[in-house]
Amino acid sequence: MNIVVLVKQVPDSGLARQLDAQLRVDRNGANNVMGELDEYAVEAALQLKEAHGGEVTVLTLGPGQATETIRKTLAMGADKAVHIEDDAVAGSDALTTSAILAAALGRLEWDLVIAGAESTDSNMGVMPQLLAARTGAPALTGARKIDTDGTSVTVEHQRANGYDVLTANLPAIVSVWDTINTPRYPSLKGIMAAKRKPVESLQLSDLGIEAAGQAAAANEVVGAAARPERTAGQIVTDEGQGGTALAEFLAAEKFI
Amino acid sequence: MTDILVYVPNSGKHAAEVLTLARTLGDVSAVAFDDASASLAGEYGAAKVYRVEAPGIDDYFVDPKATVLTDLARKVAPDYFLLPSTDEGKALAARTAVALDNGLMTDLSGLAPDGTATQDAFAGTTIVTAKATKGFTLATIKLGATEPAPAPSSPEVETVNATVAESDQRVKVAQRVDEPAGDRPALSEARIVVSGGRGVGSAEDFALIERVADALGGAVGASRAATDAGYYPHKFQVGQTGTTVSPQLYVAAGISGAIQHRAGMQTSRVIVAVNKDADAPIFGMADFGVVGDLFQVLPQALEEIEKRK
Ligand SMILES: Cc1cc2nc3c(=O)[nH]c(=O)nc-3n(C[C@H](O)[C@H](O)[C@H](O)COP(=O)(O)OP(=O)(O)OC[C@H]3O[C@@H](n4cnc5c(N)ncnc54)[C@H](O)[C@@H]3O)c2cc1C
Ligand SMILES: Cc1cc2nc3c(=O)[nH]c(=O)nc-3n(C[C@H](O)[C@H](O)[C@H](O)COP(=O)(O)OP(=O)(O)OC[C@H]3O[C@@H](n4cnc5c(N)ncnc54)[C@H](O)[C@@H]3O)c2cc1C
Repeated sequence: MNIVVLVKQVPDSGLARQLDAQLRVDRNGANNVMGELDEYAVEAALQLKEAHGGEVTVLTLGPGQATETIRKTLAMGADKAVHIEDDAVAGSDALTTSAILAAALGRLEWDLVIAGAESTDSNMGVMPQLLAARTGAPALTGARKIDTDGTSVTVEHQRANGYDVLTANLPAIVSVWDTINTPRYPSLKGIMAAKRKPVESLQLSDLGIEAAGQAAAANEVVGAAARPERTAGQIVTDEGQGGTALAEFLAAEKFI
Repeated sequence: MTDILVYVPNSGKHAAEVLTLARTLGDVSAVAFDDASASLAGEYGAAKVYRVEAPGIDDYFVDPKATVLTDLARKVAPDYFLLPSTDEGKALAARTAVALDNGLMTDLSGLAPDGTATQDAFAGTTIVTAKATKGFTLATIKLGATEPAPAPSSPEVETVNATVAESDQRVKVAQRVDEPAGDRPALSEARIVVSGGRGVGSAEDFALIERVADALGGAVGASRAATDAGYYPHKFQVGQTGTTVSPQLYVAAGISGAIQHRAGMQTSRVIVAVNKDADAPIFGMADFGVVGDLFQVLPQALEEIEKRK
């Protein structure tokens, strides 16, 4: 079973992040890491490979520094990677991004594509369905559990008040939430082995994509502002009356 | 005349909000797959309802609904096509975008009559304004973007008969598992949410959080540290990879206030925090905070609440 994992490098979502002067994600001043949900996608792919054999290929579209993220996936155990890197991509919208990724998927052999349910920088959560529309493969999104017998795939699609069991024949596209597994850390042996694993580098011209970037985008960010800070409230230290003070506040606000 | 197409998935609060927002932009045509959704559209001022009859459509995931909506969007050629920002709403928007080669915007927290959209970026710390520059505005609207306001109308109803094509039968819904909702209000719609974090320390002690929630008539929430540790089920997780809430009152007990948690609750009207660490980031956003042990503070607060009722 051959699996392609989609991985996006993002600024660490636990730290302060900002947009740059062009109103794009500031990646230069940020601590860039693998998309936090994409780690779960890599882990899911590795577990399926361990059970069924085959190869795991990592596919990423992003600037030069994304090689660090690729190295990490290879160190975790992925077999090889494809890195699409082209300055013309900056400022692309989701539709263009999906066209580029779909073109790259068209060059690879896969039974399963696994993505994060959403990236942790722009969090749109649409890429798997956009790719389904473009490749013609079915999409089973938002999985908290994934199983395959080699010809079909079954997932538990996580919902707010339960889950749906979805099934489809392969090839298929699946996206995963952080409830699906616990991603492994790269071992020292894995880190050494990663250095010898092949990384193919592609540009848009290799994929037959002519229009990308802001010029091709169907929407434009026109402004950005920091969310106004919430006005500082009243903080009391409990010296035996904290609970009463809390209840008094709730009563004053008419919640009791 | 500005034409707004709205997908109404059910008769819930989120759908009512999208209809309320849509009405401020122009004439609303709603797409409903059942009677409850169709009548909600009438309660919230739709001028027209496309009532889709498609036997068997719920046996398959996304694809057949995407085909119906894409066909309707092509036929109606609206200025706006709005859907709720749910997994399903986003999936349907994505499919429509590719089929009609049109851009899409997700998770709008606002949409002005001139088409300017507002979005929260970076866990809500940055507010972005954006606009569609080509085609029509295809967008999903976040829960809490507006207050639902009824405006009863008598919409013209057009029945749309659709069949589920074989090509749309690829992803089968083999089973739907609804976990019992319980007696408390639904997390995403609750007026009051009381959440516990790692500081609660165990599944047993979450009973204290439940008691506070019940005393206030609220829902129970949890941080990811608490759901990961198994103190409380994942479906109650508030935050970036859990549920986003926007209640009148949010009580955070034993929660530090990590950026991913704040992403799911920072638009709450009133925030109350109980934490034994005076430097916990949650205090930076709290309207009222108690620095103290939640096992001292909450039982005392409960006693006082019962007294005042
Ligand atoms: C604040 C902000 C708002 C934006 N709003 C919009 C908007 O409204 N409409 C719009 O069209 N664009 C928008 N963009 C641009 C858009 O985010 C990018 O085009 C992006 O490539 C696609 O969105 P995503 O990362 O949110 O993907 P998601 O759909 O959230 O990604 C899901 C998964 O797809 C895979 N994936 C995504 N991107 C890549 C990649 N580059 N390489 C490999 N795998 C990948 C990963 O597995 C990821 O976990 C916005 C960007 C920002 C910063
Ligand atoms: C991709 C990604 C997605 C994430 N999504 C989410 C999400 O959706 N929701 C979410 O919540 N987190 C999310 N997180 C995790 C987030 O970063 C934090 O780890 C998490 O919110 C911490 O939970 P916590 O505040 O309960 O725990 P901690 O940060 O450990 O804080 C516990 C707090 O309890 C206090 N405390 C301890 N004992 C007591 C006591 N007896 N009385 C009073 N106070 C006490 C401590 O002082 C401390 O401040 C995500 C992380 C990533 C990387």
